[in-house]
Amino acid sequence: MHEYPITQQIIKIAEKHCLLAQSGSVKKISLVVGDCSGLVGDSIDMYFRAISEGSLCEGAMLEIERIEPKLRCPSCGALFKRKPMSFACPECEADGQPTEIGKEFYIKEIEVE
Amino acid sequence: MHDVKKVNVMEGILDENDHIAAHVNEKLSKNGILCVNVMGAPGAGKTTTLKNLIRRLDGLVAYVIEGDIESDIDTQELLGLGIQAYQINTFGACHLDAPMVESMVDSIDLGRNSILFIENIGNLVCPAEFSIGEHVKMLVASVTEGSDKPYKYPLAFEKADMIVLNKVDLRPYVDFDEEFFMKGVRALNKDAMVFKTSGKSGEGFKEAAAWLSWKAGQACNGNQHHGR
Ligand SMILES: Nc1nc2c(ncn2[C@@H]2O[C@H](COP(=O)(O)OP(=O)(O)O)[C@@H](O)[C@H]2O)c(=O)[nH]1
Ligand SMILES: [Mg+2]
Ligand SMILES: [Zn+2]
Repeated sequence: MHEYPITQQIIKIAEKHCLLAQSGSVKKISLVVGDCSGLVGDSIDMYFRAISEGSLCEGAMLEIERIEPKLRCPSCGALFKRKPMSFACPECEADGQPTEIGKEFYIKEIEVE
Repeated sequence: MHDVKKVNVMEGILDENDHIAAHVNEKLSKNGILCVNVMGAPGAGKTTTLKNLIRRLDGLVAYVIEGDIESDIDTQELLGLGIQAYQINTFGACHLDAPMVESMVDSIDLGRNSILFIENIGNLVCPAEFSIGEHVKMLVASVTEGSDKPYKYPLAFEKADMIVLNKVDLRPYVDFDEEFFMKGVRALNKDAMVFKTSGKSGEGFKEAAAWLSWKAGQACNGNQHHGR
């Protein structure tokens, strides 16, 4: 839904770290994206090709590691992936609570040259 | 030829947004202004809720920033009611972000000890991901949207500090399973205040306004926290 400004931000952060490393171009960007973020990988890729043109990130490879959201069961402690229309723990049926797993949204590393 | 080297980055893509949001929050806090980020699907009743709440705020001055993709219909309506309202158009963007709110807040004159409502873009997904400097995230949901919404849009419900369940006057006409709805809400969010309201009869807004007034009172005493 908001891939355009997000992609701009990704390029900005990667360029900053590329310059800090005194390098001339970014070859690869490794992102970690939780599925809660609602961000669609394919469309980031498309925007990235267009927006990175002429930047230090032009031609860089985008690698996206997706992370499935997990709930934690308050009753038995199990970490689990929810089924649609339910938050129930598969072990004991109690409703699981949200965790930070699945909300990741950061650049892990870049490769520069 | 240069060698390829790996650079450890570990930087959040929304860090800059969140940093600016923290600035906005700090500035408003200093002036005793409670900031409420109003979220919900298009047509849930965000503007209706604002009109009903502001009328019941008892002496507290309210300001509204209206976020809309391109129109200013809601702002015109609020101005017509004598409410101080300001427009942000995002021209396509599906949510307000902290830089947009910061430049608006910097350009208007907000009195001390007041309450600033920011009506976000009608959308149950994106606004929940972006802090804009609020102290309270208010989610407006309505019975006509169906009771499965916490299960389909969990983040919005998880992040809310206050949930307004609106259009309760329409319950006789729609299948709304309140037990299922509340079960989902409470799985995601143990603490949010839930108010059942109707823009038609006005019920429920008195309680919701009283809670916000109490939050605003806390803001004036300088002991409030960031929205989650
Ligand atoms: N019956 C009924 N209609 C409502 C209620 N609240 C809002 N509406 C109507 O729903 C429509 C959308 O409301 P609005 O406040 O503009 O929603 P927004 O898009 O979330 O700001 C309008 O026609 C309102 O009159 C309510 O509690 N009951
Ligand atoms: Mg509206
Ligand atoms: Zn369990």
